[in-house]
Amino acid sequence: MRSVSATVVSAVMWIGLAAALPEAQVPLHGSEYADADIAYGAALYASKCVTCHGTEGDAIGGVNLRSGTFRNAVIDRDLERFIRAGSPAGMPPFVLDSAEMAGIIAYLRNMNGFDTASVKTGDAGRGRAIFNGKGACTKCHRVGAGGSLVAPDLSDIGAVRSAGSLQRSLIDPASQTMPINRPVRVVTKDGTIVNGRRLNEDTYSLQIMDDREHLRAFVKADLREYTISTTSPMPSYKTTLSNGEIADMLAYLLSLKGLLQ
Amino acid sequence: MSGTRRFLACSFVALIGVLSSSLRAQVTPQRLAASSSEPQNWLTYSGNYSSTRYSPLDQITPANVKNLKLQWAYQAPVAGNWQTTPLVVDGVVYLTQRLNDVVALDAMTGRAFWIYRYTPAQDRVVCCGANNRGLAILGNTLFMGTLDAQLIAIDARSGRPIWKAEVASTKSGYSITHAPLVVKDKVIVGVGGGEYGIRGFIAAYDAATGREAWRFHTIPAPGEPGSETWQECPKGGNAFCDPDAWKHGGGSIWLTGSYDPELNLTYWGTGNVGPDYNGAQRPGDNLYTDSVVALDVDTGRLKWHYQFTPHDVYDYDSVQIPVLLDNWAGSRVNVVAWANRNGNFYVLDRATGRFLVGQPFVKVNWMSQFDERGRPMQTPQPDGQPTYPGNQGGTNWYSPSFSPRTGLFYVSAWEDYASIYAPAPSEYKEGKNFVGGGPRNLSPVPGAPGLGRSPINTWTESAGHGAVIALDPATGRERWKFKMTDVTDSGILTTGSDLLFTGGREGFFQALDARTGALLWKTNLGAAINSGPITYRVGTRQYVSVVSGLSLFVFALDE
Repeated sequence: MRSVSATVVSAVMWIGLAAALPEAQVPLHGSEYADADIAYGAALYASKCVTCHGTEGDAIGGVNLRSGTFRNAVIDRDLERFIRAGSPAGMPPFVLDSAEMAGIIAYLRNMNGFDTASVKTGDAGRGRAIFNGKGACTKCHRVGAGGSLVAPDLSDIGAVRSAGSLQRSLIDPASQTMPINRPVRVVTKDGTIVNGRRLNEDTYSLQIMDDREHLRAFVKADLREYTISTTSPMPSYKTTLSNGEIADMLAYLLSLKGLLQ
Repeated sequence: MSGTRRFLACSFVALIGVLSSSLRAQVTPQRLAASSSEPQNWLTYSGNYSSTRYSPLDQITPANVKNLKLQWAYQAPVAGNWQTTPLVVDGVVYLTQRLNDVVALDAMTGRAFWIYRYTPAQDRVVCCGANNRGLAILGNTLFMGTLDAQLIAIDARSGRPIWKAEVASTKSGYSITHAPLVVKDKVIVGVGGGEYGIRGFIAAYDAATGREAWRFHTIPAPGEPGSETWQECPKGGNAFCDPDAWKHGGGSIWLTGSYDPELNLTYWGTGNVGPDYNGAQRPGDNLYTDSVVALDVDTGRLKWHYQFTPHDVYDYDSVQIPVLLDNWAGSRVNVVAWANRNGNFYVLDRATGRFLVGQPFVKVNWMSQFDERGRPMQTPQPDGQPTYPGNQGGTNWYSPSFSPRTGLFYVSAWEDYASIYAPAPSEYKEGKNFVGGGPRNLSPVPGAPGLGRSPINTWTESAGHGAVIALDPATGRERWKFKMTDVTDSGILTTGSDLLFTGGREGFFQALDARTGALLWKTNLGAAINSGPITYRVGTRQYVSVVSGLSLFVFALDE
């Protein structure tokens, strides 16, 4: 049974779908689902859905969630719309953030081949300690009132990034850097060099958070040099943290839903 | 002067004023056909029947454009970025604002003469915002299509409605978002709803009464010419294939057509096929979707057509403005030039539809080349791979411009922009969304927040950028390019002094040298510019105006 191999399970699922679909149909969901998203979705299912749909997904007559295919929700966007709107048949509308929605959809599409018992869930409390200690994340990032502004504020990162994306960002940060957040280097006409993180850019100007935590703006015509880096200053934690510690960090990041919520 | 004589004198002056005003306000078909002879006005959506968005006005020049000053602004109370182009008739600006209001403003001061408010039916459905792109005028009557698919005639002097015609039913997903086109005694209008399973059409109405004069369906019924392109479903094949696909095959109309008085033909671009992305539900070329249709203006009969994207699965609506050029490339051939959403620039003989030029102006990988008759050889990309241009196209509703002085065709383009398409079965239900799957942007970070645009440009260089591209209509080759960091949905205006005005999503309103693309002047208006700039004159003074966000801004040189 599936615990960590998204590829294997997805392949099994595609085969199952292909049998149910007419010829010449393309895969319906567009991409594979990350392990972390499926696991996060399983946890959400257990807290939000299981009462009505049951652990096996078949507690409501005529509805079998384990099939992974749904008459009124062929593509993921349809499924998302359905979950948000609810059903006249009795399902209430659900308010889920982006990370939760990505997780629940990933789980519903993979429920049949996913062994929830095999998932080792991280501990958000331990993750927080790593975040503030061994991981040294606050050297660049900020959560709430603590930390630096040099890198993006993570106070609501668990609401806007999927579990899969967060996990990848711990292993391969450059792959998950939003292009707008890329490090930039400018040289003004008088030779002053400023490094920072891009906040915004248009045809004529650039806005950044410099590496001294100051908001700075530049008119491009006044610059001698302007470069955008596609590498990330953030280190990979692949070798410096254990799998368990990364799971803890992931649990902590997913718990960051914003201060005002 | 005695009181009586003073009264009579004043009355005479007032009468002359009224007569003069009244005479000036009559917009005859002859005036519409000869609009270039009165450049002080902007009488149709695209400025003239050839839809060049070129004005001979030349008071504002490359040398003095840097001295432009804001003269007035008009801001509406309803939020949302407008796509409207105002009309200007003898010192009065006629503007539509959301939802379906019409405002008459003094062209010098921006003060309102009157406001007409129409509330469209609650059950209206529009895919992409409560857009209205403008008006048409004939005599003293303005014409507006509404979000609930009505055509309304409004007295241009009082703002009072004169008649209303139901063009189509909102229940079935129909709407009207574009400015009508007046030709002779007819008001021509088409219907939107390409994402709701409509069967599109263009219809002409008697300007005086609102009675329908003719109707051309953009999707032929069985047995009519073109119906053979709605093929039968393969036996035992695709369960989602719909034998009645033509009934809700799309072919919407949402931008204004052009008119050639000599040929008596009106040219209109048609929208996407329905459902947009799942071609398996509608085998065949699906005429006349994604096409230009040339119609006899008196009868509505089809003279010729050309299909830009046969059997479209990318939502490449071909509603773009048909630009009519005379004596193309030094020849005797009069043509229609077309920068298409599918990324290609086309030139067609406008008398016959003969294919003359097809040339990509942005990266294109959905096709490789044209055959001798102009049919594209399509190259569908593997599942999960990006298709260029993406869903919003190489260009879209943004009005292009052609300057007879420079001989160049100018288009607002999205470069290096792609989508990944995922078709899916879609069941038709009257008036409901009917698109057959959907595209997603080529995101550099899957699982991260969706990429957004202004005011924070999170797309950046990673997912495409905007440009104004100047094309040689003889070849379709690029002459110059003005790149923007963000994309642009702005139309383009060119003038008799070789200025080019345009905007963009960044909110900049810019003047370029139309010959070189050099930036000459810019100002930031604070919100995306999603419509086309225009120019007009009151007295001796030239004005340039553009809509940014929910406001109309008007500029001129200081006196």
